[in-house]
Amino acid sequence: MARIEFDGVSKVFARHTQRKLLRGYLHGLLARRHTEKFYALRDVSFRIDRGESVAIVGANGAGKSTLLSLMAGISAPNEGRVSVEGKVAALLDLGSGFHPELTGRENIHLNAALLGLHRRAVDAKEESIIDFAGLADFIDEPLKTYSSGMTMRLAFSVAIELDPDILIVDEVLAVGDQAFQAKCLEKVRQFVLAGKTMLAVSHSTAMIRELCKRALWLDHGKLMMDGAIADVIQAYEQR
Amino acid sequence: MKNWHGDFWYALSTLVMKDFRVRYRNMSLGMAWSLLNPLVMMSVLWFVFTKLYPAGRQEHFPLFVLCGLVPYNFFTISWVGATVSLIENAQLIKRVPVPREVIPIASVLSNCVQLSGQLALVLVMAFVVGVGANRQWIWLPVIWLFFIGFVVGLGLLSAAVDVYVRDLRYLVESANVVLFWLVPIWYGFEQIAPEFRTLYGYNPVAAMVLAMRRVMLDAQPPPASLLWNLAFSSAFMLVIGAGSFRLLKRRFYEYL
Repeated sequence: MARIEFDGVSKVFARHTQRKLLRGYLHGLLARRHTEKFYALRDVSFRIDRGESVAIVGANGAGKSTLLSLMAGISAPNEGRVSVEGKVAALLDLGSGFHPELTGRENIHLNAALLGLHRRAVDAKEESIIDFAGLADFIDEPLKTYSSGMTMRLAFSVAIELDPDILIVDEVLAVGDQAFQAKCLEKVRQFVLAGKTMLAVSHSTAMIRELCKRALWLDHGKLMMDGAIADVIQAYEQR
Repeated sequence: MKNWHGDFWYALSTLVMKDFRVRYRNMSLGMAWSLLNPLVMMSVLWFVFTKLYPAGRQEHFPLFVLCGLVPYNFFTISWVGATVSLIENAQLIKRVPVPREVIPIASVLSNCVQLSGQLALVLVMAFVVGVGANRQWIWLPVIWLFFIGFVVGLGLLSAAVDVYVRDLRYLVESANVVLFWLVPIWYGFEQIAPEFRTLYGYNPVAAMVLAMRRVMLDAQPPPASLLWNLAFSSAFMLVIGAGSFRLLKRRFYEYL
Protein backbone atom coordinates (compact mmCIF):
# COMPACT_ATOMS: atom_id res chain seq x y z
CA MET A 1 0.00 0.00 0.00
CA ALA A 2 1.43 3.32 -1.03
CA ARG A 3 1.71 5.91 1.67
CA ILE A 4 2.91 8.82 -0.42
CA GLU A 5 2.30 9.12 -4.11
CA PHE A 6 3.32 11.94 -6.43
CA ASP A 7 1.92 11.68 -9.92
CA GLY A 8 3.22 14.17 -12.49
CA VAL A 9 3.42 16.92 -9.91
CA SER A 10 4.43 20.45 -10.86
CA LYS A 11 4.56 23.49 -8.66
CA VAL A 12 4.76 26.90 -10.26
CA PHE A 13 5.60 30.16 -8.55
CA ALA A 14 4.90 33.46 -10.23
CA ARG A 15 7.56 36.07 -9.74
CA HIS A 16 5.13 38.70 -8.62
CA THR A 17 7.53 41.32 -7.43
CA GLN A 18 5.00 44.13 -7.13
CA ARG A 19 1.77 42.24 -7.30
CA LYS A 20 0.92 42.37 -3.63
CA LEU A 21 0.11 46.06 -3.65
CA LEU A 22 -2.82 47.62 -5.40
CA ARG A 23 -0.37 49.52 -7.60
CA GLY A 24 1.07 46.25 -8.79
CA TYR A 25 -2.33 44.91 -9.83
CA LEU A 26 -3.20 48.12 -11.66
CA HIS A 27 0.16 48.12 -13.38
CA GLY A 28 -0.29 44.50 -14.40
CA LEU A 29 -3.75 45.25 -15.68
CA LEU A 30 -2.70 48.25 -17.75
CA ALA A 31 0.55 46.88 -19.11
CA ARG A 32 -0.80 43.36 -19.65
CA ARG A 33 2.59 41.93 -18.95
CA HIS A 34 3.01 38.25 -18.66
CA THR A 35 3.96 37.38 -15.16
CA GLU A 36 7.19 35.48 -15.15
CA LYS A 37 6.80 31.99 -13.84
CA PHE A 38 9.25 29.46 -12.68
CA TYR A 39 8.89 25.81 -11.94
CA ALA A 40 9.92 24.85 -8.44
CA LEU A 41 8.97 21.27 -9.33
CA ARG A 42 8.43 19.94 -12.81
CA ASP A 43 6.59 16.69 -13.54
CA VAL A 44 7.78 14.77 -10.49
CA SER A 45 6.46 11.25 -9.95
CA PHE A 46 7.36 8.68 -7.34
CA ARG A 47 5.80 6.53 -4.68
CA ILE A 48 6.94 5.75 -1.20
CA ASP A 49 5.55 2.75 0.61
CA ARG A 50 4.84 2.39 4.27
CA GLY A 51 7.96 1.72 6.29
CA GLU A 52 10.44 3.15 3.82
CA SER A 53 13.03 5.68 4.86
CA VAL A 54 13.94 7.96 2.02
CA ALA A 55 16.47 10.75 1.73
CA ILE A 56 16.07 13.75 -0.55
CA VAL A 57 19.28 15.26 -1.87
CA GLY A 58 19.90 18.27 -4.06
CA ALA A 59 21.55 21.66 -4.10
CA ASN A 60 19.94 24.78 -2.65
CA GLY A 61 16.90 25.76 -4.71
CA ALA A 62 16.49 22.31 -6.20
CA GLY A 63 12.92 22.08 -4.94
CA LYS A 64 13.41 20.07 -1.76
CA SER A 65 11.45 22.38 0.49
CA THR A 66 8.67 22.71 -2.08
CA LEU A 67 8.43 18.94 -2.22
CA LEU A 68 8.18 18.70 1.55
CA SER A 69 5.56 21.47 1.75
CA LEU A 70 3.40 19.54 -0.73
CA MET A 71 3.79 16.37 1.32
CA ALA A 72 2.91 18.16 4.51
CA GLY A 73 -0.22 19.57 2.87
CA ILE A 74 0.84 23.17 3.40
CA SER A 75 0.60 24.03 -0.28
CA ALA A 76 -1.23 22.54 -3.25
CA PRO A 77 0.27 21.43 -6.60
CA ASN A 78 -0.47 23.33 -9.81
CA GLU A 79 -0.42 20.17 -11.90
CA GLY A 80 -0.54 16.52 -11.02
CA ARG A 81 -1.73 14.75 -7.94
CA VAL A 82 -0.32 14.33 -4.45
CA SER A 83 -1.78 11.71 -2.17
CA VAL A 84 -0.60 11.14 1.36
CA GLU A 85 -2.08 8.61 3.75
CA GLY A 86 -1.48 8.90 7.46
CA LYS A 87 -0.57 11.57 9.92
CA VAL A 88 2.40 13.62 8.82
CA ALA A 89 4.73 15.39 11.19
CA ALA A 90 6.87 17.81 9.29
CA LEU A 91 9.81 19.06 11.26
CA LEU A 92 10.29 21.80 8.70
CA ASP A 93 10.53 24.56 11.16
CA LEU A 94 10.75 23.57 14.76
CA GLY A 95 8.87 25.66 17.23
CA SER A 96 6.18 27.07 14.93
CA GLY A 97 4.15 29.49 16.96
CA PHE A 98 6.59 29.66 19.85
CA HIS A 99 6.30 32.99 21.59
CA PRO A 100 9.17 34.45 23.65
CA GLU A 101 6.90 35.95 26.32
CA LEU A 102 5.23 32.67 27.16
CA THR A 103 6.73 30.06 29.46
CA GLY A 104 8.11 26.79 28.16
CA ARG A 105 5.04 24.95 29.38
CA GLU A 106 2.62 27.37 27.70
CA ASN A 107 4.63 27.09 24.49
CA ILE A 108 4.34 23.31 24.57
CA HIS A 109 0.55 23.63 24.49
CA LEU A 110 0.55 26.31 21.81
CA ASN A 111 2.96 24.49 19.52
CA ALA A 112 1.31 21.11 20.05
CA ALA A 113 -2.18 22.49 19.37
CA LEU A 114 -1.00 24.05 16.11
CA LEU A 115 0.79 20.89 15.06
CA GLY A 116 -2.42 18.95 15.56
CA LEU A 117 -2.35 17.28 18.95
CA HIS A 118 -5.44 17.05 21.08
CA ARG A 119 -5.66 18.64 24.48
CA ARG A 120 -5.89 15.36 26.34
CA ALA A 121 -2.86 13.96 24.52
CA VAL A 122 -0.80 17.02 25.38
CA ASP A 123 -1.81 16.91 29.04
CA ALA A 124 -0.78 13.27 29.14
CA LYS A 125 2.51 13.80 27.34
CA GLU A 126 3.52 17.07 28.94
CA GLU A 127 5.89 15.50 31.46
CA SER A 128 7.58 13.22 28.96
CA ILE A 129 8.07 16.15 26.58
CA ILE A 130 9.70 18.20 29.32
CA ASP A 131 11.73 15.21 30.37
CA PHE A 132 13.00 14.46 26.88
CA ALA A 133 13.98 18.09 26.39
CA GLY A 134 15.78 18.00 29.74
CA LEU A 135 14.24 21.31 30.78
CA ALA A 136 12.41 20.43 33.98
CA ASP A 137 14.09 23.25 35.91
CA PHE A 138 13.24 25.99 33.43
CA ILE A 139 9.86 24.95 32.11
CA ASP A 140 7.94 27.71 33.88
CA GLU A 141 10.35 30.44 32.82
CA PRO A 142 9.57 32.59 29.78
CA LEU A 143 11.02 31.27 26.54
CA LYS A 144 13.01 34.46 25.98
CA THR A 145 15.32 33.45 28.82
CA TYR A 146 16.21 30.20 27.01
CA SER A 147 19.31 29.72 24.91
CA SER A 148 18.67 28.86 21.26
CA GLY A 149 19.75 25.28 21.94
CA MET A 150 17.24 24.94 24.77
CA THR A 151 14.46 26.33 22.54
CA MET A 152 15.24 23.85 19.79
CA ARG A 153 15.35 20.98 22.25
CA LEU A 154 11.88 21.87 23.48
CA ALA A 155 10.59 22.19 19.92
CA PHE A 156 12.01 18.83 18.86
CA SER A 157 10.53 17.14 21.90
CA VAL A 158 7.02 18.42 21.09
CA ALA A 159 7.27 17.42 17.44
CA ILE A 160 8.47 13.89 18.15
CA GLU A 161 5.58 13.38 20.56
CA LEU A 162 3.09 13.92 17.75
CA ASP A 163 3.45 10.17 17.17
CA PRO A 164 3.12 10.51 13.39
CA ASP A 165 2.90 7.84 10.71
CA ILE A 166 5.19 9.81 8.45
CA LEU A 167 8.06 11.87 9.80
CA ILE A 168 9.66 14.56 7.67
CA VAL A 169 13.02 15.67 8.97
CA ASP A 170 14.55 18.76 7.42
CA GLU A 171 18.09 19.44 8.62
CA VAL A 172 16.83 19.52 12.17
CA LEU A 173 18.99 16.86 13.68
CA ALA A 174 21.61 19.52 14.08
CA VAL A 175 19.79 20.51 17.24
CA GLY A 176 21.26 21.16 20.65
CA ASP A 177 24.51 19.74 21.99
CA GLN A 178 26.03 16.43 21.00
CA ALA A 179 24.35 14.47 23.75
CA PHE A 180 20.94 15.73 22.66
CA GLN A 181 21.71 15.11 18.99
CA ALA A 182 22.51 11.53 19.82
CA LYS A 183 19.22 11.26 21.69
CA CYS A 184 17.30 12.65 18.71
CA LEU A 185 19.05 10.33 16.29
CA GLU A 186 18.18 7.41 18.53
CA LYS A 187 14.53 8.51 18.56
CA VAL A 188 14.45 8.72 14.77
CA ARG A 189 16.12 5.31 14.48
CA GLN A 190 13.49 3.79 16.75
CA PHE A 191 10.85 5.42 14.59
CA VAL A 192 12.24 3.77 11.46
CA LEU A 193 12.63 0.42 13.21
CA ALA A 194 8.99 0.62 14.26
CA GLY A 195 8.17 0.36 10.56
CA LYS A 196 7.08 3.93 10.02
CA THR A 197 7.80 6.10 7.02
CA MET A 198 10.52 8.73 7.20
CA LEU A 199 11.81 11.37 4.84
CA ALA A 200 15.04 13.19 5.52
CA VAL A 201 16.60 16.20 3.89
CA SER A 202 20.16 16.78 4.84
CA HIS A 203 23.47 17.88 3.48
CA SER A 204 25.13 15.49 5.87
CA THR A 205 25.50 12.42 3.67
CA ALA A 206 26.91 10.43 6.57
CA MET A 207 23.69 10.84 8.51
CA ILE A 208 21.27 10.01 5.69
CA ARG A 209 23.41 7.06 4.63
CA GLU A 210 22.88 5.65 8.07
CA LEU A 211 19.15 6.40 8.34
CA CYS A 212 17.87 5.81 4.81
CA LYS A 213 17.90 3.01 2.27
CA ARG A 214 16.61 4.95 -0.70
CA ALA A 215 17.18 8.46 -2.04
CA LEU A 216 15.62 10.94 -4.45
CA TRP A 217 17.86 13.46 -6.18
CA LEU A 218 16.27 16.72 -7.23
CA ASP A 219 17.87 19.28 -9.49
CA HIS A 220 16.15 22.48 -10.65
CA GLY A 221 12.78 20.99 -9.86
CA LYS A 222 13.33 17.77 -11.78
CA LEU A 223 13.69 14.32 -10.35
CA MET A 224 17.13 13.27 -11.62
CA MET A 225 17.42 9.92 -9.94
CA ASP A 226 15.51 7.61 -7.66
CA GLY A 227 17.32 4.58 -6.29
CA ALA A 228 19.40 2.97 -3.59
CA ILE A 229 21.00 5.46 -1.26
CA ALA A 230 24.62 4.57 -2.12
CA ASP A 231 24.09 4.87 -5.88
CA VAL A 232 22.22 8.16 -5.67
CA ILE A 233 24.75 9.77 -3.37
CA GLN A 234 27.58 8.63 -5.59
CA ALA A 235 25.91 10.08 -8.69
CA TYR A 236 25.00 13.27 -6.85
CA GLU A 237 28.54 13.82 -5.64
CA GLN A 238 30.00 13.25 -9.09
CA ARG A 239 27.58 15.56 -10.87
CA MET B 1 -6.33 21.34 5.89
CA LYS B 2 -6.42 17.75 4.90
CA ASN B 3 -3.19 16.73 6.59
CA TRP B 4 -4.12 18.24 9.90
CA HIS B 5 -5.79 15.92 12.35
CA GLY B 6 -5.88 18.26 15.30
CA ASP B 7 -8.52 19.81 17.45
CA PHE B 8 -9.77 23.13 16.07
CA TRP B 9 -11.10 24.36 19.41
CA TYR B 10 -7.91 23.50 21.26
CA ALA B 11 -5.86 25.38 18.67
CA LEU B 12 -8.26 28.31 18.82
CA SER B 13 -8.27 28.52 22.59
CA THR B 14 -4.48 28.30 22.93
CA LEU B 15 -4.08 31.06 20.34
CA VAL B 16 -6.58 33.28 22.18
CA MET B 17 -4.83 32.60 25.48
CA LYS B 18 -1.49 33.44 23.89
CA ASP B 19 -2.70 36.86 22.75
CA PHE B 20 -4.22 37.52 26.13
CA ARG B 21 -1.13 36.50 28.09
CA VAL B 22 1.29 38.33 25.86
CA ARG B 23 -0.78 41.48 26.04
CA TYR B 24 -1.27 41.65 29.78
CA ARG B 25 1.62 39.81 31.39
CA ASN B 26 4.02 42.71 31.16
CA MET B 27 1.64 45.38 32.33
CA SER B 28 1.68 46.22 35.99
CA LEU B 29 -1.95 47.27 35.91
CA GLY B 30 -2.94 44.49 33.54
CA MET B 31 -6.54 44.71 32.41
CA ALA B 32 -6.99 48.14 33.97
CA TRP B 33 -5.16 49.63 31.00
CA SER B 34 -7.84 48.48 28.61
CA LEU B 35 -10.36 50.52 30.60
CA LEU B 36 -8.27 53.65 30.37
CA ASN B 37 -8.95 54.31 26.70
CA PRO B 38 -12.76 54.35 26.87
CA LEU B 39 -12.64 56.33 30.13
CA VAL B 40 -10.41 59.01 28.61
CA MET B 41 -12.49 59.20 25.43
CA MET B 42 -15.68 59.33 27.48
CA SER B 43 -14.31 62.20 29.59
CA VAL B 44 -13.14 64.15 26.56
CA LEU B 45 -16.44 63.78 24.72
CA TRP B 46 -18.37 64.57 27.88
CA PHE B 47 -16.34 67.75 28.40
CA VAL B 48 -16.65 68.87 24.77
CA PHE B 49 -20.33 68.17 24.31
CA THR B 50 -21.69 69.22 27.67
CA LYS B 51 -19.31 72.05 28.65
CA LEU B 52 -17.49 73.50 25.62
CA TYR B 53 -20.19 72.99 23.05
CA PRO B 54 -23.40 71.99 24.77
CA ALA B 55 -25.21 70.63 21.74
CA GLY B 56 -25.87 67.06 22.72
CA ARG B 57 -28.28 67.59 25.58
CA GLN B 58 -28.34 63.88 26.11
CA GLU B 59 -29.31 62.67 29.52
CA HIS B 60 -26.75 60.56 31.37
CA PHE B 61 -24.13 61.57 28.84
CA PRO B 62 -21.24 59.44 30.21
CA LEU B 63 -23.28 56.25 29.90
CA PHE B 64 -24.71 57.41 26.57
CA VAL B 65 -21.21 57.89 25.14
CA LEU B 66 -19.85 54.62 26.55
CA CYS B 67 -22.66 52.72 24.84
CA GLY B 68 -21.25 54.11 21.61
CA LEU B 69 -17.55 53.86 22.35
CA VAL B 70 -17.41 50.25 23.53
CA PRO B 71 -18.94 48.69 20.38
CA TYR B 72 -17.00 51.09 18.19
CA ASN B 73 -13.68 50.30 19.90
CA PHE B 74 -14.25 46.58 19.74
CA PHE B 75 -15.17 46.81 16.07
CA THR B 76 -12.19 48.91 14.97
CA ILE B 77 -9.53 47.06 16.98
CA SER B 78 -10.83 43.67 15.88
CA TRP B 79 -11.19 44.60 12.24
CA VAL B 80 -7.66 45.96 11.86
CA GLY B 81 -6.20 43.11 13.94
CA ALA B 82 -7.95 40.44 11.89
CA THR B 83 -7.01 42.11 8.60
CA VAL B 84 -3.27 41.88 9.30
CA SER B 85 -3.41 38.62 11.27
CA LEU B 86 -2.45 36.31 8.40
CA ILE B 87 0.48 38.47 7.32
CA GLU B 88 1.74 38.62 10.88
CA ASN B 89 1.51 34.87 11.18
CA ALA B 90 2.98 34.13 7.76
CA GLN B 91 5.72 31.98 9.26
CA LEU B 92 3.12 29.79 10.90
CA ILE B 93 1.01 29.41 7.78
CA LYS B 94 3.97 28.47 5.64
CA ARG B 95 5.06 25.74 7.99
CA VAL B 96 2.12 24.18 9.80
CA PRO B 97 -0.97 22.80 8.08
CA VAL B 98 -3.23 24.19 10.82
CA PRO B 99 -6.61 25.35 9.39
CA ARG B 100 -5.98 28.93 8.33
CA GLU B 101 -9.35 30.14 9.59
CA VAL B 102 -8.16 29.73 13.15
CA ILE B 103 -5.82 32.72 12.91
CA PRO B 104 -8.21 35.60 12.08
CA ILE B 105 -10.89 34.07 14.33
CA ALA B 106 -8.47 33.91 17.26
CA SER B 107 -7.41 37.48 16.52
CA VAL B 108 -11.00 38.73 16.89
CA LEU B 109 -11.85 36.58 19.89
CA SER B 110 -8.74 37.63 21.80
CA ASN B 111 -10.28 41.12 21.95
CA CYS B 112 -13.26 39.72 23.83
CA VAL B 113 -11.26 39.61 27.04
CA GLN B 114 -10.77 43.34 27.12
CA LEU B 115 -14.30 43.75 25.81
CA SER B 116 -15.68 42.02 28.89
CA GLY B 117 -13.77 44.49 31.06
CA GLN B 118 -15.19 47.41 29.11
CA LEU B 119 -18.70 46.01 29.31
CA ALA B 120 -18.32 45.73 33.07
CA LEU B 121 -17.39 49.41 32.98
CA VAL B 122 -20.63 50.19 31.11
CA LEU B 123 -22.65 48.35 33.74
CA VAL B 124 -20.88 50.14 36.57
CA MET B 125 -21.47 53.47 34.83
CA ALA B 126 -25.22 52.76 34.80
CA PHE B 127 -25.11 52.92 38.59
CA VAL B 128 -22.77 55.92 38.65
CA VAL B 129 -25.13 58.06 36.54
CA GLY B 130 -28.12 56.81 38.52
CA VAL B 131 -29.93 54.74 35.90
CA GLY B 132 -29.30 51.48 37.68
CA ALA B 133 -29.86 47.93 36.54
CA ASN B 134 -32.88 46.69 34.64
CA ARG B 135 -34.25 43.38 33.49
CA GLN B 136 -33.51 44.05 29.83
CA TRP B 137 -29.81 43.51 30.48
CA ILE B 138 -30.44 39.89 29.52
CA TRP B 139 -30.49 41.14 25.91
CA LEU B 140 -26.84 42.17 26.09
CA PRO B 141 -25.37 38.68 25.53
CA VAL B 142 -27.72 38.18 22.59
CA ILE B 143 -26.83 41.37 20.73
CA TRP B 144 -23.12 40.95 21.47
CA LEU B 145 -23.15 37.40 20.15
CA PHE B 146 -24.63 38.68 16.88
CA PHE B 147 -22.15 41.53 16.73
CA ILE B 148 -19.10 39.34 17.42
CA GLY B 149 -20.32 36.95 14.72
CA PHE B 150 -20.51 39.85 12.30
CA VAL B 151 -16.96 40.96 13.14
CA VAL B 152 -15.59 37.40 12.80
CA GLY B 153 -17.14 37.13 9.33
CA LEU B 154 -15.81 40.51 8.28
CA GLY B 155 -12.39 39.64 9.72
CA LEU B 156 -12.21 36.41 7.73
CA LEU B 157 -13.01 38.27 4.53
CA SER B 158 -10.57 41.13 5.03
CA ALA B 159 -7.76 38.87 6.31
CA ALA B 160 -7.99 36.71 3.19
CA VAL B 161 -8.10 39.67 0.81
CA ASP B 162 -5.22 41.37 2.62
CA VAL B 163 -2.89 38.50 1.70
CA TYR B 164 -3.36 39.40 -1.98
CA VAL B 165 -3.74 43.17 -1.68
CA ARG B 166 -1.60 44.47 1.15
CA ASP B 167 -2.99 48.02 0.93
CA LEU B 168 -6.24 46.82 2.41
CA ARG B 169 -4.90 47.54 5.88
CA TYR B 170 -4.78 51.27 5.15
CA LEU B 171 -8.26 51.27 3.68
CA VAL B 172 -9.53 49.58 6.82
CA GLU B 173 -7.79 52.11 9.04
CA SER B 174 -9.26 55.02 7.08
CA ALA B 175 -12.69 53.45 7.12
CA ASN B 176 -12.46 53.25 10.89
CA VAL B 177 -11.75 56.97 11.16
CA VAL B 178 -14.74 57.74 8.96
CA LEU B 179 -16.85 55.37 10.99
CA PHE B 180 -16.24 57.34 14.16
CA TRP B 181 -18.38 60.09 12.67
CA LEU B 182 -20.90 57.87 10.92
CA VAL B 183 -21.76 55.88 14.00
CA PRO B 184 -23.92 57.71 16.54
CA ILE B 185 -21.30 57.76 19.28
CA TRP B 186 -21.63 61.28 20.65
CA TYR B 187 -24.95 62.13 19.05
CA GLY B 188 -28.31 60.39 19.21
CA PHE B 189 -30.34 58.76 16.49
CA GLU B 190 -33.08 61.39 16.94
CA GLN B 191 -30.66 64.15 15.98
CA ILE B 192 -29.96 62.64 12.56
CA ALA B 193 -31.78 64.33 9.68
CA PRO B 194 -34.77 62.09 8.79
CA GLU B 195 -33.67 61.45 5.20
CA PHE B 196 -30.50 59.71 6.48
CA ARG B 197 -32.14 57.57 9.12
CA THR B 198 -32.94 54.62 6.83
CA LEU B 199 -29.35 54.64 5.62
CA TYR B 200 -28.19 54.38 9.23
CA GLY B 201 -30.35 51.34 9.60
CA TYR B 202 -28.02 49.42 7.28
CA ASN B 203 -24.93 49.97 9.38
CA PRO B 204 -24.53 47.07 11.83
CA VAL B 205 -22.18 49.06 14.07
CA ALA B 206 -24.76 51.83 14.39
CA ALA B 207 -27.46 49.21 15.01
CA MET B 208 -25.33 47.78 17.80
CA VAL B 209 -24.91 51.18 19.45
CA LEU B 210 -28.63 51.90 19.25
CA ALA B 211 -29.48 48.49 20.69
CA MET B 212 -27.03 49.05 23.57
CA ARG B 213 -28.62 52.42 24.39
CA ARG B 214 -32.11 51.05 24.19
CA VAL B 215 -31.24 48.44 26.81
CA MET B 216 -29.01 50.50 29.06
CA LEU B 217 -30.76 53.90 29.00
CA ASP B 218 -34.39 53.23 28.11
CA ALA B 219 -34.68 49.87 29.90
CA GLN B 220 -36.50 48.58 26.82
CA PRO B 221 -35.78 45.46 24.75
CA PRO B 222 -34.08 46.32 21.44
CA PRO B 223 -36.72 46.85 18.72
CA ALA B 224 -37.26 43.99 16.31
CA SER B 225 -35.86 45.99 13.40
CA LEU B 226 -32.49 46.35 15.14
CA LEU B 227 -32.43 42.69 16.18
CA TRP B 228 -33.17 41.64 12.62
CA ASN B 229 -30.46 43.92 11.33
CA LEU B 230 -27.90 42.44 13.74
CA ALA B 231 -28.97 38.83 13.18
CA PHE B 232 -29.01 39.21 9.42
CA SER B 233 -25.70 41.05 9.12
CA SER B 234 -24.09 38.48 11.40
CA ALA B 235 -25.32 35.48 9.41
CA PHE B 236 -24.67 37.16 6.07
CA MET B 237 -21.12 38.23 6.96
CA LEU B 238 -20.23 34.82 8.41
CA VAL B 239 -21.35 33.10 5.22
CA ILE B 240 -19.57 35.59 2.96
CA GLY B 241 -16.44 35.61 5.14
CA ALA B 242 -16.14 31.84 5.45
CA GLY B 243 -16.94 31.31 1.77
CA SER B 244 -14.44 33.80 0.41
CA PHE B 245 -11.79 32.62 2.86
CA ARG B 246 -12.22 29.08 1.59
CA LEU B 247 -11.71 30.22 -1.98
CA LEU B 248 -8.81 32.52 -1.31
CA LYS B 249 -6.83 30.31 1.07
CA ARG B 250 -5.66 27.98 -1.70
CA ARG B 251 -2.96 30.36 -2.81
CA PHE B 252 -1.98 31.82 0.58
CA TYR B 253 1.28 29.88 0.55
CA GLU B 254 2.45 31.54 -2.66
CA TYR B 255 1.43 35.04 -1.63
CA LEU B 256 2.70 35.08 1.93
